[in-house]
Amino acid sequence: MSDLFEIELLRGTLDHCVKCTICETACPVSNASPLFPGPKYAGPQSERYRVSDEAAVDASVDYCSGCGICSQVCPQGVKIAEINAQARHRLKRQRGIPLRDRIITRPTWLGRAGTPVAPLANWTLGFRPLRVLAERTLGVHRDAPAPRFAGRRFSRWARAHTSPAAPRKVIYFHGCGTEYYEPWEGERVVAVLEHNGFEVVVPEQDCCGLPLQSSGLFEDARRSVRRLAHSLASQLADERTIIVGNATSCTLMLKREAREILGLEDDPELRRVAERTYDICELLLELHQRGELRTDFRPIPERIAYHAPCQQQGHWIGKPALELLSLIPELEVREMHARCCGIAGTYGLKAEKYEIAMAVGRSLFEQVEASGAAEVACDSETCRWQITHGTHLPSVHPIDYLYRAYGLDHG
Amino acid sequence: MLSLTTEVLVIGGGATGAGVAWDASLRGLGVILVDRLDLAEGTSGRFHGLLHSGGRYVVKDAPAARECIAENRILRRVAADCIEDTGGLFVTTPWDDPAYADRFAAACRETGVDCEEITVAQARRDEPRLHPEISRAFRVPDANMDIWKTVWAMAHGAQQCGARILPYHEVTAIRRDGDRVTGARVRDVRAGEDLTIEAQVTVNASGAWAGQIAAMAGIDGVRVFPGRGIMIAMNHRLVNTVINRCQMPTDGDILVPIRTVSVIGTTDVHTDDPDDHTVLESEVDRMLDDGEKLVPGFRQARALRVWTGVRPLFEDAKAAGTDTRDVTRAHALLDHRQRDGVEGFVTITGGKVTTFRLMAEETVDAVCDLLGRDTPGSTAEQPLPGSESGANYRLGERLARKDERLRQEQTICECELVPRSRLEHALAETGSRNLDDIRRRLRLGMGPCQGGFCIYRTVGIMHAAGGIDAASADASLLDFLQERWKGVWPILYGDQLRQMRFDEWVFQGVLDVGHLPEAPA
Ligand SMILES: Cc1cc2nc3c(=O)[nH]c(=O)nc-3n(C[C@H](O)[C@H](O)[C@H](O)COP(=O)(O)OP(=O)(O)OC[C@H]3O[C@@H](n4cnc5c(N)ncnc54)[C@H](O)[C@@H]3O)c2cc1C
Repeated sequence: MSDLFEIELLRGTLDHCVKCTICETACPVSNASPLFPGPKYAGPQSERYRVSDEAAVDASVDYCSGCGICSQVCPQGVKIAEINAQARHRLKRQRGIPLRDRIITRPTWLGRAGTPVAPLANWTLGFRPLRVLAERTLGVHRDAPAPRFAGRRFSRWARAHTSPAAPRKVIYFHGCGTEYYEPWEGERVVAVLEHNGFEVVVPEQDCCGLPLQSSGLFEDARRSVRRLAHSLASQLADERTIIVGNATSCTLMLKREAREILGLEDDPELRRVAERTYDICELLLELHQRGELRTDFRPIPERIAYHAPCQQQGHWIGKPALELLSLIPELEVREMHARCCGIAGTYGLKAEKYEIAMAVGRSLFEQVEASGAAEVACDSETCRWQITHGTHLPSVHPIDYLYRAYGLDHG
Repeated sequence: MLSLTTEVLVIGGGATGAGVAWDASLRGLGVILVDRLDLAEGTSGRFHGLLHSGGRYVVKDAPAARECIAENRILRRVAADCIEDTGGLFVTTPWDDPAYADRFAAACRETGVDCEEITVAQARRDEPRLHPEISRAFRVPDANMDIWKTVWAMAHGAQQCGARILPYHEVTAIRRDGDRVTGARVRDVRAGEDLTIEAQVTVNASGAWAGQIAAMAGIDGVRVFPGRGIMIAMNHRLVNTVINRCQMPTDGDILVPIRTVSVIGTTDVHTDDPDDHTVLESEVDRMLDDGEKLVPGFRQARALRVWTGVRPLFEDAKAAGTDTRDVTRAHALLDHRQRDGVEGFVTITGGKVTTFRLMAEETVDAVCDLLGRDTPGSTAEQPLPGSESGANYRLGERLARKDERLRQEQTICECELVPRSRLEHALAETGSRNLDDIRRRLRLGMGPCQGGFCIYRTVGIMHAAGGIDAASADASLLDFLQERWKGVWPILYGDQLRQMRFDEWVFQGVLDVGHLPEAPA
């Protein structure tokens, strides 16, 4: 079967649409901005007018943030977000890809360039006149949340670190956010896994291609994800070995999105990788359900908010972080009921979309503030940066609380 | 009784009749066209949508193939805005005689139908859903044609030359004065009034009904065997190229992408009544099986609607056995002066939409002959109104227009992207308060939800536009739903079944259409 055929089948899900409009009521973007006509309109409805080799005519589909909520809520099984991603791809291919999109969708380039000169790079990212300039020349919004380079790379630490040999092995897929911006999150993931008796292997790895894909740069995205899948698959000889990741959108890319959106359903390596990939909280909760998770938790007498990112919801695994956090004595967790923080990866960085992203996130920011929480737990790094930007509160991965509750922060 | 006078009375507002009206008007003749229903509501509005390249006929009927390719080239020019240049493919599936492909290619060369063999890999790149086991593929210049656009463009063009176009005017009698037909008696069905139309020449362009009209003129032996065929529209374009099986023409061997749908067809069942629109379960099954041979997974794809049309297959009882072409699908032009000694009366029937222009031209030549004029026809050069630029229409046009005015305008029909202004314009222009007329103009209500979301909106706007009271507006809503239902129930399975349940909740549950106030008696 060819990519083209796969894509045709994906389009074909538009047949299931009964126009019930549930997706439109759930879409965070069309509810915040009239520039995006809504998932039903842009997806199953408009798709009937699209002919693959004809000029793309509906520029409005570019305002879809790709959060994927529409596909999650659709009771009929229409792959709305995926159809929209295809349309966006065609639009970009025909009309040209802005330089900005070529840059911000490549965390590896950015990370490699910024890490050695982290203080300077961070200063630049925070320096207003330069940000104004970047907005004018590149179209990256001056106020958009920019992560700070950590100045060191997680993979460096990992190479120096020896995981104690154990019968159960996991392959850790850390993603670019951990690699360049939050290496400590990776160290905590490793510590929690080792505490639970896993030997953690960190193979060479690179970007999964998700930012490229969500900006419509499919060819580059395919190359990235295939390269990553190849590297991860080479570690899977033992049937019991699994892959675990803490970047929830990137693990979703491996599990499902790359195959569906990029038409890679038949790539054997990707399929193998997809079958074995777990989100970190998903894995830990499964252990707990089997009675295998260590529960030597110390109390954390704090109140935190928890936001499940859209991409995490796309795993169809419920909200395992909530259940895990509830195991920690005295930790008071307030679940947020907003749909989306607005950032959707790189969407909220773009000058023309920043305001929309902030409008989308408003409800979440307000709920966080009303909750009186001191910190926000959230499974995706770009969402965390946006939440901090919108609430001025620190935001961390749920794994941090397990790490602290196990007392691993005290060595 | 009201009486109208004209040079030429055209009976039938299908492709042929509208073509005759357009051609005659361009030649400066005075024209009145009548149809018992709306324009293109007969066979033309029910055709498969294919502007033939001629490929279908190359082996079986070379003259028909030559006619098709010649007309195809002309129509692409003069009716550009009504045609989408999809191109066509003839493919050899595992169910087709592999030897036919070479005969086909040779016959294309002989008849001048452009044909290029491409690799199977190329065909599958162009059309990824095509059956993976096809063994040969040929490209031909098939296209699709929007019949409503075409017929209305011709009607408008004729009107601009002074013609009168009278839909919903049914011929109830042909007036005869000795050896001469002098016009017809006509019933204005909407007003419930009769009128007479006096004409120097009367053209019987009533397709499958031509025998009935000829009989009204006291002429017998004009036998038109209605051949019923069914078509099923699938919810979206499974293919973007017309796909034909490369074999001797048979049932269910063409898949035509047209507008937002793709249509599989068709069958040919003889019936006695041109108004017979029976759809048999076995025919539906047959079509779906045939679809599966072209596009695997066809049965899982969503069927939107099924309908039938009746071919006018002509056999001249007076000439039976003398000319085999008379019993084929070729067209027949009967000058009743020569044939029956009756003056002022011409019948044109049979043929195809693809050849309507030629049929109309030959007919008006005969009319001119009767009138003693010799103005040549110009429809091969004169573009239809709207087609002057020579640009073909594209599927994305409505989406493009909508995207430009995303926030300015309310969309009434979401499936077919009909904005409020176009609806209001159509209501004003046609003066019609019949939802089905509006549907044919705008394609409103023809998409996946079959009017589920647009019809109640439309009825409200129609009522607000005036000329119809609330009870009649309600009644027309119910009629429309009933009419749509007819085309849906034979294919009620899968997604379309779900849609209809949903629509039922909207109309019965939310709007309670079962208990609308009754129209005053
Ligand atoms: C299933 C099917 C599929 C087809 N597909 C194709 C195709 O893909 N391509 C192609 O080229 N051809 C196709 N054809 C053939 C083509 O549709 C017909 O040959 C063509 O539409 C005939 O047009 P017409 O104007 O002669 O007849 P019609 O369109 O039937 O017009 C005759 C008109 O006369 C009117 N009338 C009848 N009685 C009266 C009366 N008493 N008073 C006033 N008016 C009256 C009717 O209402 C009707 O509108 C198909 C035919 C069928 C049946």
